[in-house]
Amino acid sequence: MNATVQTPVAAPPSVTRPAPSSMPALTLGARLRPYAERVLPPLAVVLALMGLWEVVASGPGATLPPPSKVWADAHDLIVDPFFDRGGLDKGLFWHLLASLQRVAVGFALSAVIGIAVGLLIGTSKLAMRGLDPIFQVLRTVPPLAWLPLSLAAFREAQPSAIFVIFITSVWPIIINTAVGVRNVPADYRNVAAVIRLRGPAYWWRIILPAAAPYIFTGLRIGVGLSWLAIIAAEMLIGGVGIGFFIWDAWNSSNLSDIIVALAYVGLVGFALDRLMALAGHLVTRGTATV
Amino acid sequence: MAMQPFLDISDVTVAFGRSRVPVLNGIDLKVARGEYVSVIGHSGCGKSTLLNVVAGLLPASGGGVVLDGKEVSDPGPDRAVVFQNHSLLPWLTCYENIRLAVDQTLSKSLSRAERHEWTMENLALVRMTHAKDRRPNEISGGMKQRIGIGRALAMKPKVLLLDEPFGALDALTRAHLQDQVMAIHAELGTTVMMITHDVDEAVLLSDRIVMLTNGPNARIGEILEVGLARPRDRLALVADPRFIAARAAVLEFLHHRHAAPGLAAA
Repeated sequence: MNATVQTPVAAPPSVTRPAPSSMPALTLGARLRPYAERVLPPLAVVLALMGLWEVVASGPGATLPPPSKVWADAHDLIVDPFFDRGGLDKGLFWHLLASLQRVAVGFALSAVIGIAVGLLIGTSKLAMRGLDPIFQVLRTVPPLAWLPLSLAAFREAQPSAIFVIFITSVWPIIINTAVGVRNVPADYRNVAAVIRLRGPAYWWRIILPAAAPYIFTGLRIGVGLSWLAIIAAEMLIGGVGIGFFIWDAWNSSNLSDIIVALAYVGLVGFALDRLMALAGHLVTRGTATV
Repeated sequence: MAMQPFLDISDVTVAFGRSRVPVLNGIDLKVARGEYVSVIGHSGCGKSTLLNVVAGLLPASGGGVVLDGKEVSDPGPDRAVVFQNHSLLPWLTCYENIRLAVDQTLSKSLSRAERHEWTMENLALVRMTHAKDRRPNEISGGMKQRIGIGRALAMKPKVLLLDEPFGALDALTRAHLQDQVMAIHAELGTTVMMITHDVDEAVLLSDRIVMLTNGPNARIGEILEVGLARPRDRLALVADPRFIAARAAVLEFLHHRHAAPGLAAA
């Protein structure tokens, strides 16, 4: 290999190489450009929408507060999410934390059970025939419709809320896991057969990793649904939590608080989705798309 | 026992489902230890079906396969398969793909350190040491197939089964890989059964070429002994009259006496 890059002795090296001085001038602008291209357009849209909102909501017959009034009313809520004055008078951080804790428990439960059931119906035709029609019906029941029944069964707010999260988010996890298992390419199964990979090792080393991109799609949809369900459920069950905070603000006519809370709910939901996508990317070693 | 062939495919018939016409009918083939045999035929004639029966991935409806005195009943590492589309596990690196096969098939005879050494040795054999930590989607088609071959050889198979291993590759990469397979065959003396539809490839690589008639109900039409000395050089062979004659014989069989049925009708 070295012989091929030999240069004639007489030739000066500066002739064959580009001048190095032109390099740094390019890099700074070129490096920032892709970031600017991604950050600036959404920023511009947000500013434009805020401006529009300000104009529309400042009119005499406006029913909702404009951004300037939201800032004035809810200034404390926006800048200090961590205050705690006892009872329900807490910063948004504490409300979000309470909601996220419920989601964590309910979603962990639905992830474990969803993947296990999904593996079962992905493998066994009999289990699929028996369970799939029932799942297809149950998964269309809206989250809040489960709440009365779950309150009656558990007689307590906390487990009821967790059950609602579980029952909402478990279906996409089951269905995606089952599809993932059924779609494991025959080639991978053949490879496993040739090297005599069987039993738990076969599941652990072939089926689960091959189905992982599908499983993570299910988990990602599931975590989104969990977040939708908990906000709605908390409005009804009360206590500390971002859902009840919104309902409480409505009852005391604090529209500005509601708007701030909605912004937080949206951002947290977005963060949960990205977090799950990132987890999928890391666990599947890049075979799942982000 | 000395007279017994190393790989003995006797009267293998394969029929799918309730179909009365079998895909393969009465295939009889005996392969000696260290021999390189190619199976050639038109698309859909059941070449790959025959390979799958030998691999144990598909049960024969009639007849059987005996390898080194043992009847084939299920898949196993003594009959390592190189699949047409490489079949590497995408979540594992090249090293891990080979290592998984090594761990699974040689854990009783080799220590942990020896298995690592053996994995590295096979990566070196297919000249992929430089890409050992890359994943399959980061390397080219030819490299993937090299890892596939490395993985198969790492199982120390009695017979290496190649299922159109170079079919999906461009001509230059294919030639390069054919040369590597020839070199590996010369070095290790592995018994090879290769499925192909490429006449030049079959003549260049094989000791014998098994020509199948058109399916369904495909049989062995003819077996050609390629009497070319090894090592073979593809450039020198282009003008070699024995190479030209062998090539002509296979082409004559495939395109004159047993032309592809779909093409003949059109």
